[in-house]
Amino acid sequence: MSGPSIMETLFQRTLEDLIKGIRLQLIGESAFISKAMEEIRKEIKSTDLQTKSIALQKLSYLNSLYFVDMSWAAFHCIECMSSSRFSLKRIGYVAVSQSFDEQTPVLLLITNQLRKDLGSVNEFEAGLALDCLANIATVDLARDLTPEVFTLLGSSKIPVRKKAIGVILRVFEKYPEAVRVCFKRLVENLDSPDSRILSAVVGVFCELASRDPRSYLPLAPEFYRVLVDSKNNWVLIKILKIFTKLAAIEPRVAKRIVEPVCDHMRRTGAKSLMFECIRTVVSSLSEYEIALKLAVSKIRELLVDEDANIKYLGLHALSIIAPKHLWVVLDNQEIVIKSLIDADANIQSESLRLVMAVISRSNVVDISHVLLSYGHKSDPDFCNEIIGSILSACSHNLYEIVMDFDWYVSLLGEMSRIPHCQKGEEIENQLIDIGMRVRDARLELIRVGRSLLIDPALLGNPYLYRILCAAAWVCGEYVEFSTNPPELVEALLQPRTSMLPPLIRAVYLQSVLKILTFCMYSHLQKQSSISFPSSHNLEGVMAECVSRRKTRESSDILTSAQDDVFNPMISENILCEEDIPVETKGENLFFEKNRFSQESIVNLLNAIESALEPLLGTLEVEILERARNVLGLIDLIKQQIPNHLSPEEESFSREASEVWKLIRSMNDAFCEELGPVSFTAQEKIQLPEGLVLEENLRELDSIYGILQPPLNFLPQREERVEELPDSEWRSRDDLEPSNESTSLLVEHRKRHGLYYLPSGVSNDYPLANDPRSGEHDYDENEDLIRLAAQSLAPKKKPNYSKPRPVVVRLEEGEATSHIVSKKPNSKYDLLSGVVQDVLQETNPMESSQKGKEKVSSDVPPGSKENLQDLVDPMGERSGSGKSKHRSHGKERGHKIPKKNDREKDENCERARQKGSHRLGRKKTRQRAEGQTDLHAHTPGQIPDLLL
Amino acid sequence: MGIRFILMVNKQGQTRLAQYYEYLTLEERRALEGEIVRKCLARTEQQCSFVEHRNYKIVYRRYASLFFLVGVDNEENELAILEFIHLLVETMDQHFGNVCELDIMFHLEKAHFMLEEMVMNGCIVETSKSNILMPIQLMDKTS
Repeated sequence: MSGPSIMETLFQRTLEDLIKGIRLQLIGESAFISKAMEEIRKEIKSTDLQTKSIALQKLSYLNSLYFVDMSWAAFHCIECMSSSRFSLKRIGYVAVSQSFDEQTPVLLLITNQLRKDLGSVNEFEAGLALDCLANIATVDLARDLTPEVFTLLGSSKIPVRKKAIGVILRVFEKYPEAVRVCFKRLVENLDSPDSRILSAVVGVFCELASRDPRSYLPLAPEFYRVLVDSKNNWVLIKILKIFTKLAAIEPRVAKRIVEPVCDHMRRTGAKSLMFECIRTVVSSLSEYEIALKLAVSKIRELLVDEDANIKYLGLHALSIIAPKHLWVVLDNQEIVIKSLIDADANIQSESLRLVMAVISRSNVVDISHVLLSYGHKSDPDFCNEIIGSILSACSHNLYEIVMDFDWYVSLLGEMSRIPHCQKGEEIENQLIDIGMRVRDARLELIRVGRSLLIDPALLGNPYLYRILCAAAWVCGEYVEFSTNPPELVEALLQPRTSMLPPLIRAVYLQSVLKILTFCMYSHLQKQSSISFPSSHNLEGVMAECVSRRKTRESSDILTSAQDDVFNPMISENILCEEDIPVETKGENLFFEKNRFSQESIVNLLNAIESALEPLLGTLEVEILERARNVLGLIDLIKQQIPNHLSPEEESFSREASEVWKLIRSMNDAFCEELGPVSFTAQEKIQLPEGLVLEENLRELDSIYGILQPPLNFLPQREERVEELPDSEWRSRDDLEPSNESTSLLVEHRKRHGLYYLPSGVSNDYPLANDPRSGEHDYDENEDLIRLAAQSLAPKKKPNYSKPRPVVVRLEEGEATSHIVSKKPNSKYDLLSGVVQDVLQETNPMESSQKGKEKVSSDVPPGSKENLQDLVDPMGERSGSGKSKHRSHGKERGHKIPKKNDREKDENCERARQKGSHRLGRKKTRQRAEGQTDLHAHTPGQIPDLLL
Repeated sequence: MGIRFILMVNKQGQTRLAQYYEYLTLEERRALEGEIVRKCLARTEQQCSFVEHRNYKIVYRRYASLFFLVGVDNEENELAILEFIHLLVETMDQHFGNVCELDIMFHLEKAHFMLEEMVMNGCIVETSKSNILMPIQLMDKTS
């Protein structure tokens, strides 16, 4: 037994040997380490504690620096720890501190050893145990050892007392009830004349107060004394941190400390302390002019310092003060802008943040251009950071700071072309969002979209796909603003589009369909007016159609559209009616421009056909489907009007008028304007009585049956409409697109039935998947459009030469991201509850002053409780008597395990508060919501919406 | 918790000392040290000594071939941490006499001992060199 042990001991490699070995090894580090591990595993089983401990020491070393697992050696750690020799004990303790966590199974075994060592007369042993406890204390350990820690808090040996104070934080955290036992003694240590004790105890309070300042307000007089008396910079920095928190919630404290803080700022030579003073002033004392002025002058000193560290801190201080006193930033604008090209990325991003803080309507154009030009010069990361900040600053609160959308849209185009740009998704969202919300920007959107689409080089950059997707959608949706639609078609069908992902390609194809429809419509419309020169009424219908596209912002027009435009479209004889007003003719500009010759139409059709035919073999459903739709339409057109397309003008034949009707109804479908949709739109709709969705779908069968001659859409649609209960579908206007596309598709299927699955199931596909049909239903039911139109009323504008275009915003609310409060930390709730208890119940030592403070800390929360509940979900723990008693009772009753319950409680409460929050604030929050909701659900929705 | 961890890393990126004040698994530690080394060692002298990383800050300082990196909460006073690093180096200097990387490698436990005296639970509790070194000297005498 003893033999091998002695051999082992004699020939055991020490830690030093191991380290040397690692440095000199020739077999590769990992091989050497695994060899060493074999030795260690053998040695650690030795009965000789010396051998064991050296093995453990080596293991700890390898664990710490070479990430070798040592959890398996937990029991050996405990064995060493219980040695009576200090050096071995220490090795054990180090190993335990390093490797134990809450799940370590043998953790229960060390409680007694720790208790013994904590009570040891040897101060170093006690110190070891305290160090270890600070690292590994669990709920159980903290509870069981609280009495020992309490004793040591009063120890006459300064180093031990110091460590006991250090460990307190962990004990409180794990076992809040310990506060009842230890808190008073902890507070007494604030009066200690020994600077080490003071330093430790202030450090602990700093941590505690940073989690929950309100509970420690009663201790303000003690802290104040330290602030005034202490000469130790470490202590002062911590004390200032505490006061930063306290002053933020209690103005009287703030008033009191202004003077001493300024004194320190003036007197100190230490930059660290000066910076802490500055931080205190800018965070909590900025209302006090003397302090602020002094701090600002000191900040300026920091900013011009050569040292990058100091400069960074200066910028950091500026960014803290920026929200409250922007002028400070503006005063130092020059330095801030210069810092954008600093060698240091930290300084760069800090100054970027500052630049973003000063951005406003008046300077957004200049700043954006300056920033982008910096972006071109800097590295890709920072460039993207710049782009991201511009995007978020400009889009904030529905493009609040953007006056000139033409400029902004072209800026977006410019950003897309920056080589490193990786913000495609955000740009995509904004392009579409602006398209939907800002009518006046559409012309520019089309222009930018065109230039993006037409550039084949951009198709090589995957980061841009999302942007191209948006550009394609915009060009299809707002094609009426285009000067040259065939060119767009060409761009959308260029060969390199095959590099795009299928979903985006599908968007391209859908846009082709829209543009084609538009071109055909313009063309036929021209012809019809030629063939019926006497009746200019068509022109009127046209014009109205256009005007409907352009000016459907007021509900008046909406309703008039129902009467004037809609009926004409479904009643066939409208063409002969004479009494449609023609005043809107002036709006016809685009049609005038866009009229197409026969030849160009035929060319267009052929071009599309030849580009799409190869796609019929694709395996991508979305692409296949859309290519088929387009080709089917072309097929129809060609069948119907081959002779009509011949050069010599024939009269407007009957068949041509069928095509005319088809195209017109499709055009109407695409004319329907897509508006921004609130995230909660669906929830707000009450299901109309009598509407059974399944039933609705079932009707498709009958429609299918009724379908007789191909192309006979109009009568069929009429029937369809009639079948619906009138009251529910009051506006057939909005239903139209879906009906149109449905019937078109049905027709298409009939023709190409061969390629389709048997009808029944697949029939509802277009309805279900066509977002527009759905949206417009909501729109109608909720009068969303009217609401949006109401909110269109321009806000008060400053005197700009050019009025800011209208930005559509929705009126109804839903969750806003920025109200979502930060998650309260229930662990600390528990702690602060007890702390408040203790401070209230006991502590006679600071009677008079404390009484006053108590009043100050307790009364306001009590009286404002409701308010606070609204504002701050953590308000509950902020010192009102009610909450305290509650927590109190609970904790007394059943200690720790109930923590979960408590948490649950709070979750409920939080949820409730959030609810009331939402209701209460709905009105005021609407603007932001409009934006957040779109951003929140666009990523998922856009592909659908686009298709 | 003011200080989250203290690392000493040489120019090659090898960790020479690692002290954590919150429990991390081996994998987390390995990942963290890798990220930090990559981030900090690439920086030049002209750049500032504070690096934002994840949800905290790293304050670092280079002495000869050794980087001292301290991970701290965002609230922490960066300059004070720089002073703390300097204090640590001075303390080791006083003990080892012109401290170098090898001293720390071969006397890791002493370096840990000093840190234990200086920092508890992430709070700086001792800033006097003689106080920090007293127990170590006692231990050296007895052994």
